[in-house]
Amino acid sequence: MTGAAFTITAKDLKERFRDRSAIMLAVVVPLGLAFVLNLTLGPVTEQSFSTEIAVHDADGGPFAAGFDEMLAGVEAEGFVVVTDVDSEEEVRALVRDHSVSTGYLVPEGFSQAVAANDEAELVVVVDPDQPIGSEVGKALADGFAAEVNAVRLSVATAVALGADDPAGLVAAAQESRPTIVLADALTEGRGFDFSSFYATGIAVFFMFFTVQFGVLSIIDERENGTMPRLLAAPISTQSILVGKLLASFLVGVASTVVLWLATTLLMGAEWGGSLIAIILIAAGVTAAMGLTAAVATFAKTAEQAGAITAFVVVVFGMLGGTFFPVSRISGAFSAISRVTPHFWLMEGFRRSSAGEGISDILPPLGAILAFAIVLGSIGLIRSRDLVRHR
Amino acid sequence: MADVILECRDLRKAYGDLIAVDGVGFSVEAGETYGLLGPNGAGKTTTISMIAGLLDNDGGVAIVSGNEITTKSTAAKAAIGLVPQDLAIYPDLTARENLRFFGKLYDMGGSLNERVDEILDIIELSDRADDQTKEYSGGMKRRLNIGIGLLHKPDLLILDEPTVGVDPQSRNAILENVERLGAEGMAVLYTTHYMEEAERLCDRVGIIDEGQIIAEGTRRDLVALVGERDRLHLELSGDASTVSDAVSTIDGIESCSSAGSELEVVTVSASHALPDVVLTVTESGLDVHSIQVSEPDLESVFLHLTGKALRE
Repeated sequence: MTGAAFTITAKDLKERFRDRSAIMLAVVVPLGLAFVLNLTLGPVTEQSFSTEIAVHDADGGPFAAGFDEMLAGVEAEGFVVVTDVDSEEEVRALVRDHSVSTGYLVPEGFSQAVAANDEAELVVVVDPDQPIGSEVGKALADGFAAEVNAVRLSVATAVALGADDPAGLVAAAQESRPTIVLADALTEGRGFDFSSFYATGIAVFFMFFTVQFGVLSIIDERENGTMPRLLAAPISTQSILVGKLLASFLVGVASTVVLWLATTLLMGAEWGGSLIAIILIAAGVTAAMGLTAAVATFAKTAEQAGAITAFVVVVFGMLGGTFFPVSRISGAFSAISRVTPHFWLMEGFRRSSAGEGISDILPPLGAILAFAIVLGSIGLIRSRDLVRHR
Repeated sequence: MADVILECRDLRKAYGDLIAVDGVGFSVEAGETYGLLGPNGAGKTTTISMIAGLLDNDGGVAIVSGNEITTKSTAAKAAIGLVPQDLAIYPDLTARENLRFFGKLYDMGGSLNERVDEILDIIELSDRADDQTKEYSGGMKRRLNIGIGLLHKPDLLILDEPTVGVDPQSRNAILENVERLGAEGMAVLYTTHYMEEAERLCDRVGIIDEGQIIAEGTRRDLVALVGERDRLHLELSGDASTVSDAVSTIDGIESCSSAGSELEVVTVSASHALPDVVLTVTESGLDVHSIQVSEPDLESVFLHLTGKALRE
C-alpha cells in the first residue's frame, strides 16, 4: 500500500506545484494579507506606536510646566516624542509640513488665567494627514484640561466651604495630580503583539483553505474521469485515500511553515518555540483536513465543495478569532467560538507567543487533537465513500 | 483452442429497483476481440465496470486470467488494461509523466522507462512526450488514453466506447490499433453502440439489451440466427414482371418480386447471385439502369431482435 500511496502523493504534489493558483492561495495571499494588515492596522495598537508633538510655551508659569510634565511622562512611555520650539510660527510650520502630528501653543498668561479662575486657552494644532497622531494629541490636551478643571472645581469647593488659602490648595492639588497614563488596551493581556496576532491568525485562517485540496482532488479525479483508472489499478482504495490525504497534509504543513518563517523574519512575528509551533501546526492541519473533508464530502461537484467549504471556513475563522481577538466579543459568540478548532489553535499560538511552555499548551492542543480525531474520523469515512462512489 | 482470458458467468447488478445487468455470461479468448454491442443504457458500462473491478457484482462471477475479479482483487486487476470512455489522463502532467505514474501503480519496476518509450512510439506521441497534455488535441489525448491501458501489457484490454466524440482520422487510428492488438494475441473486450465498429473489429459480438445478452456469435452467425438475407434491388428499362420467373430459377435465389420496372430479389449471397441475375435480365432484352445491394448487418439484426434501433 505504501508505495502506491507515495506514488499518488508525489503525483498530487507535482500537479499542485504546477497549479500556480494553489501556491497563491497557500502562501502568497496569506503572506501578503498579513503584511498589509500589519502595515495598515499595526500602528493603531502596536506598542512601539509613537507620534511627534511640538510645544511652544509662551507662558512659563506653573500650569504650563504641569502640562510639560504630563507630556514628559507620556514621552517616557514611548508614545510621543516632544519637541519644544521657540515660536508659534515654528509650531504651525512643523504641522504644515507633516513633521509633527500635533502642535501645542501655550499662550502667555495661561497659568495666571487658570489660577484666577478665568478662561484659559490651550491651542491644539493638528495635521489632518496624521489622523491617529492627531487624535492622540487632542486626547492628551483634553485629559490635561479635564484635570485642570477638576483642580479648579476642587479649589472652588474648598473655598466655598471656608478654606482661606486658595493658592496653597492649588499647589497641593498640583502635587497630588496623578500622571496621565496611556496603556495599550488592545494588546494588554492577550499575549500577542500585533504582528504575531495577524501572522498566526492569517496562517490559521488560510490553513483551512489550503488543506481542502486533498478531498477536492478526490472529487476532481471523479469529475475528470481518472478515478476509474485508479480503482482499476492493482492497488487498494486505502492507498488512494492515504496518498491524497498525505499530499494534503504536506501542503498544509509546508505552507504554514513558510508563513511562520516569513512572518517571523520579515514582520518580527513571535510564534513561540519551534517545537511547540510545529506541534500546533501539525495538529491544526490534521483538524483542518478533518473539517474540510467532513464538509466537502456532502457536495456532489468540486465547485459545490469549494463553495461549501469556503463558507464554513470563513464563518469558523471569524468565530474562532483569526481576524480579531475573541476577547473582544462576549456572551453567546464567545461561547460559540470555543467550538471551532480555530479558537484553540489561536489560543495555543497565543500561549506559545507569550512564552508559555509545552505543559501550558496542552489544553488547547488537546482540544485541537479532539477536533482532529472527531472531524478526521468523519472526514475519513466520508472520503472513503467518496473514492468508491460513482 | 486458445486460452480463455475472460470468463463471465451470470453477472448481475442492480441499483435499487433498476436491474442494470441481469445474468450476463460470455468468454473471451487470447487473440480474440469480443464486442459488446448495445444502445446507451443497455448495461454495457455496468458489465465492464464489474469486469474491471470498479464495481462489486450482486451475483455471478467474472474470472480474468484465472483470478476472480472483485473490487479488491489486485491479482486479477493486474491482468486488465482499462480504457475508460471518458479521457482518464492528468492535464497538468506530460504524456510521459502520465504513463510513468500509472506504470508505477502497476509496479512495473525497472522495465518502466523502456516500456513508456515503446508506448509513446506506438501511440505516435514521442515528439510531444514532454508537453503537458492539456496542450494536446482531442485525438492525441485519446491515443494517450489508450496507451495507458496498454502500458503494462495486460492479458485483457477493455475499451469502453473509445471512439465517442472522436474525429474520423483519430477514430480510424484507434480502430487500427485495436485490430493490431487482437492480431498480436491480446484479448480485447470492446463496447460500442457503433455497429460498423463492431463489424470491423470484433471476432464475436454479444448483443446486449436491458441488461441481458440476447444473442452472441460471429457477424454471420448472428445474421443467420435471425434469418436475414441479402437483397438486390434492380431498376430496369421495361416491365420487370417479364423476367421475374426466370430470375427465380437462378441457384441461390430465395424469392423474386416485381413492381413496374423494379425487381426485388432475396438471396443467400448477393455477391454470388448478382452476375447471374444481371445476365438473365439482359438476355431477356431489358437494360439494367441501377442496382442496389443490401446485406444484412448487425443493426438490422439488433432491430430484428429488439424491435428498436441501436441509437435509440
